[in-house]
Amino acid sequence: MLVWSRSGRRLAWFLAALLFAVIYGLPIAMIALASISGQWNGVLPSHLTLMHFANSVQGESGDQLRVSIMTGAIASAVALVSGTCAALALRRIAGAPKRLLDAIFFIPSAVPSVSVGLGLLVAFSQPPVLLNGTTLIVVIAHFVLISAFTYGSVSAGLGRLAPDYEQVAESLGARAFYRLRRVTLPLVAPYLIAAFSLSFAFSMGELGATVMVYPPGWVTLPVGIFSLSDRGAIFDAAALTIILAVTTLIVLIGLSRVSTKAAVR
Amino acid sequence: MKVPTLPSAANHHPALPGNPPPCPSSQAGEGSGGRRGRVWEGDAGGLRRGKAAASDPAGASSGIAFEDVTVAYGALVVLDSLSLVVKPGEIVALIGPSGSGKTTALRAVAGFVRPTRGRILIGERDVTNVPPHDRNIGMVVQNYALFPHMRAEENVAFGLRARRAPDAVLRERVPECLRMVGMAAYAKRYPRELSGGQQQRVAIARALAIRPQVLLLDEPLSALDAQIRRSMLEELARLHRDLPSLTVLYVTHDQTEALTLANHIGIMRDGKLVAFGSAQSLYRHPPNRFAAEFLGRANLLPVKALVSDVGGLTHVRFGDAPLLARNHHGLPAGSECLLCIRPHDLRIHAGDPATAPLRGTVRAVQWQGEMHSIALEVGGHPLRLTCAPLKAPPEPGEMLALHFDPEDATLVPEDGDG
Repeated sequence: MLVWSRSGRRLAWFLAALLFAVIYGLPIAMIALASISGQWNGVLPSHLTLMHFANSVQGESGDQLRVSIMTGAIASAVALVSGTCAALALRRIAGAPKRLLDAIFFIPSAVPSVSVGLGLLVAFSQPPVLLNGTTLIVVIAHFVLISAFTYGSVSAGLGRLAPDYEQVAESLGARAFYRLRRVTLPLVAPYLIAAFSLSFAFSMGELGATVMVYPPGWVTLPVGIFSLSDRGAIFDAAALTIILAVTTLIVLIGLSRVSTKAAVR
Repeated sequence: MKVPTLPSAANHHPALPGNPPPCPSSQAGEGSGGRRGRVWEGDAGGLRRGKAAASDPAGASSGIAFEDVTVAYGALVVLDSLSLVVKPGEIVALIGPSGSGKTTALRAVAGFVRPTRGRILIGERDVTNVPPHDRNIGMVVQNYALFPHMRAEENVAFGLRARRAPDAVLRERVPECLRMVGMAAYAKRYPRELSGGQQQRVAIARALAIRPQVLLLDEPLSALDAQIRRSMLEELARLHRDLPSLTVLYVTHDQTEALTLANHIGIMRDGKLVAFGSAQSLYRHPPNRFAAEFLGRANLLPVKALVSDVGGLTHVRFGDAPLLARNHHGLPAGSECLLCIRPHDLRIHAGDPATAPLRGTVRAVQWQGEMHSIALEVGGHPLRLTCAPLKAPPEPGEMLALHFDPEDATLVPEDGDG
């Protein structure tokens, strides 16, 4: 234990709680309060109401939530498959080629998402590949941004996997695909789930690239929140934010339960 | 050093690359070369239970032969021209320090290391370029590598399922193999619910379930504590008595395991096989200094060999002291060599000290429960003597007269450690 004295421990806990409350708690509390505010003229809001939530459920926000979940799920699933394939293919490569390919995978996460959106818009606004104004370009934008997470996470999982498991499986007569299906993938399952969760959470909150490329029929919730706050409907935007956060949280908790189950060995 | 030669069977039927190699033990198996193994067609191995196995000619073809096998990574040679034969039904232990190439040799048989030169035969089949999943081997590794997401019985069934064995075979074979290693009661347990020793038993059952032609054991007991290791050693010995046709290549750094289990022992050093022979003869007549010191504890005294006596014993001179020893390796008269005597073969001389062949100064005395270990200095050379616990052990600094039976002392060439 780092701090031995009783008072010292109390002080440490107090400081930690204070920091947490200020950095994490306060912004979320403000949004939560705003979402139930009728008016906010003083220090605290007044005329508390659930009207903003009712507005969200009745209006187009329900559609936006559905669009966000679908975009997140599809982009994360595709990123998971491609990231896993890439990690499997590249794990036997070492040295400079490996570092180069790693860097290529990680570039999108280092570039501002607005730039990624802009790049896609420029690239696919002219024939031969015309994606501007389609749903697909939103999914592609999300995929580009999150594929680094899945690749990185699955690579880390494969890196920690002792080669013995696969070698023993092969010595027992298991061919490559059987080995992959029955041994490798089940053993890295917690990493696969973590990769999907991270991608999904990122996708649910993604705005920068989406706002550049989204077509009128495929508006994600963050875009909805952005346009509401742009119009000055701060309380409605706050209510949508709470809905977005709670939905994402529910999905992540569900996935982490699956992951815990897969990791218990 | 004895250079192993291939048995005639392997020489008479060389498997040519590109041709389907003969595999008499696998009339119907995946082990027969080139088969894609989509459909279960029975076992390939020579593993049969009971006495029938010993006289079963099919089982007699599943030895292992290394023919001039070299493994190198660029300029780094990790296995240097290894030629070695494991006869069918035999346990051969490869021992040596870390980095001596013993594990590389085993992994080359398994197919996870590609020889840069030479070839490897399992039975009469050249497997040098056969992928691991087509080699029909059983492999057990140090950390068990049980699949953690499968129950013990699913682990044992894995190889059979991978080979698409019918359910009837699974239902018969899986409980049989678990029973063989005493794990029938633990079939439904996950690996995390088993102790290290139990996990290793399941790993052995898993390797045996496919009825492999050869069983490769890569330091299988190293991760177990001393007590479990002893009982597992007895288990392995019993298992081989039950499955006498099973050929085993056993890699270890533990000389006790090698001496207890192996029919033949190969001692490796720096990628080379520096000694090979039956466990007894290698222990009693080590062919070089390294073998003497690595396999058991040895006292090595520099001596000069004189003429041979009629009784097969040779007169040697250690400093001024005349001694007698066996000249197993036929060292010529006048050669400088080492006299090897095991610590437990040295005895405290009870009679007149003047008649004792050796006299030494006691440097340290250790009581180790079941024995006393006494470190001495004789003519400037360290010497160790072990004996049953003494009622009045000597004190450090005391002079001690020693003798030994010349039959227990052997001459080892001084320069023969390469």
